Amino acid sequence: MTLAARDLAIGYGRHVVGEGIDFSLGGGDIVCLLGPNGCGKTTLFKTLLGLIPALSGEVVLDGAPITRLGRAAIARRIAYVPQSHVPPFPYPVLEVVLMGCAPRLGLLGQPGQKERDEAVAALERLGLGHLAEQDYSRLSGGQRQMVLIARALAQQADLMVMDEPGASLDFGNQARLLQEVAHLARDAARRGIGVVMSTHNPDHAWSLDAKVVLMHDGGVIAAGAPTEVLTAERLTRIYGVPVAVETTGSGRRVCITSAAFG
Amino acid sequence: MEQRLSPGVTPASRWHAGRVLSLLAIALGLLAAFALLSGPYPLTPRDYLDAFGGQAPPRVESVIWQIRLPRIVAALMVGGALAAAGAAYQMLFRNPLVSPDILGVSAGAGLGAVTGIYLSLPVAAIQGMAFAGGIAAVTAVVLIAKSVERGDPTLVLVLSGVVLGALAGAATSLLKVLADPYDQLPAITFWLLGSLAAITPEDVLPVLPGVFLGLMPLFLLRWRVNLLTLGDEEALALGVNAPRLRLVIIVAATLVTAAVVAIAGVVGWVGLVVPHIARMLVGPSFGIVLPVSVLLGAGYLLLVDTLARTLTGAEIPLGILTAVIGAPFFIWLLARGRRGWS
Repeated sequence: MTLAARDLAIGYGRHVVGEGIDFSLGGGDIVCLLGPNGCGKTTLFKTLLGLIPALSGEVVLDGAPITRLGRAAIARRIAYVPQSHVPPFPYPVLEVVLMGCAPRLGLLGQPGQKERDEAVAALERLGLGHLAEQDYSRLSGGQRQMVLIARALAQQADLMVMDEPGASLDFGNQARLLQEVAHLARDAARRGIGVVMSTHNPDHAWSLDAKVVLMHDGGVIAAGAPTEVLTAERLTRIYGVPVAVETTGSGRRVCITSAAFG
Repeated sequence: MEQRLSPGVTPASRWHAGRVLSLLAIALGLLAAFALLSGPYPLTPRDYLDAFGGQAPPRVESVIWQIRLPRIVAALMVGGALAAAGAAYQMLFRNPLVSPDILGVSAGAGLGAVTGIYLSLPVAAIQGMAFAGGIAAVTAVVLIAKSVERGDPTLVLVLSGVVLGALAGAATSLLKVLADPYDQLPAITFWLLGSLAAITPEDVLPVLPGVFLGLMPLFLLRWRVNLLTLGDEEALALGVNAPRLRLVIIVAATLVTAAVVAIAGVVGWVGLVVPHIARMLVGPSFGIVLPVSVLLGAGYLLLVDTLARTLTGAEIPLGILTAVIGAPFFIWLLARGRRGWS
């Protein structure tokens, strides 16, 4: 299962948000999409999911242009994990996860015992089994984000597109989230899921040892391993604040802004 | 507060939903029995047995077959249909404060009926014009919303509905000004407040297929409708063709509403309040909210209509009673806390 962007131009109508985007993602890969606000990450995700058309170039899913695939066919291969949100009605958590079964059920289908078991298994895989009967809208932001990942697991797709999954999470939950993402992609006992996630924190790319795609000003300015892509010069240039990349005593790389605040 | 059970998800919650449905069905049966026996012409169970056996006196026969039964069937149908349409629209617009009138079906039906009354058309033609007016109004709203390509599609739909509703309301007001104040105006006012007082078997029968045809897709698509509450993008990413599903639901709910409004007039509040009570009882999943709403709506309107025809010598218009009962209840719901939605 591979998802590839080939010389992709993205945007709305005549407004080009980004162009010349090339990358590919397979099972077990983790791609971190980094770039300042407004650089086109969300637009790229919508294009990858086939929600908006590419302005030029193409998105290819397993050799087939995504424009030729139906909604359900796409959804069986790529799961979308949006930023956690509160729905207008208080669904129980298991019901939210069950919605992930939609692409496998026919138009008039109802989830049965098999789907319920799969949804429970998806929750349990993320250690959320105890939440199954709780009201989704009353969970914390971090728990809601994890439930949406469980929904993506229930979707049984080989690829996951995550829109800033760490955005509403506290320090500890961010670490837990990264651990889960690493597990999803690299769990030796299962087929690895390919994950593309956007993030505002360059450290996420290092701790996941992910492939980095760095976007700025409507284009990909660098792609590759974190050590090659995430240099102090580049980060300083695209974020507009002085950034230093340092190595901790334990040998891990971290980014810090060296702006002085008085 | 007790944790609400999740309907349809666990055996315990399925049992709870089943219990609510059976209790409602029993309550509805008792209410129907009460309605059958109440009214200005007193009837006993014996009269009904005789009438079904064809041995009742002609006067009893005529009260049962021409007046009492059609009216009870109409009340059940109108209440159930409005509640089902309201429940569907509240999912569709991701908003628990939406009623079946949101896309202008009642305003359009009102204009159609008032035009018919103004032109002194026969009753069947007035009903036909009401039905056509309701369908035409929603069609216009959907087409306007489709031609506007910018913005959130559901918001554009709601705004188009408001605009078209206001326009139809203005045209209705103009006809009221022009109408004959002694003959037509009372008929118009009565129609716009809703009533089942003049229902005949000939009114009820043509509406049944419309209601059935409209309820069918709502029932068949009951699980998928839940995904529309996630918003278009998420629903699409989950493999659901959200714009098409929304259109199917709008067509179905409009058919149901226009069909019952054509014979009952504009009966407010049922489609707004009943789905709330349904969600309080069984949670938000549409698969169970839909049948619970239908039973509750049917029972509620049967109760209100039975009160309307027995409380006083003169008929009280339904719209007045549903508002008088519905408004305080709704305030109580708001004050009690926002259970059933978040």
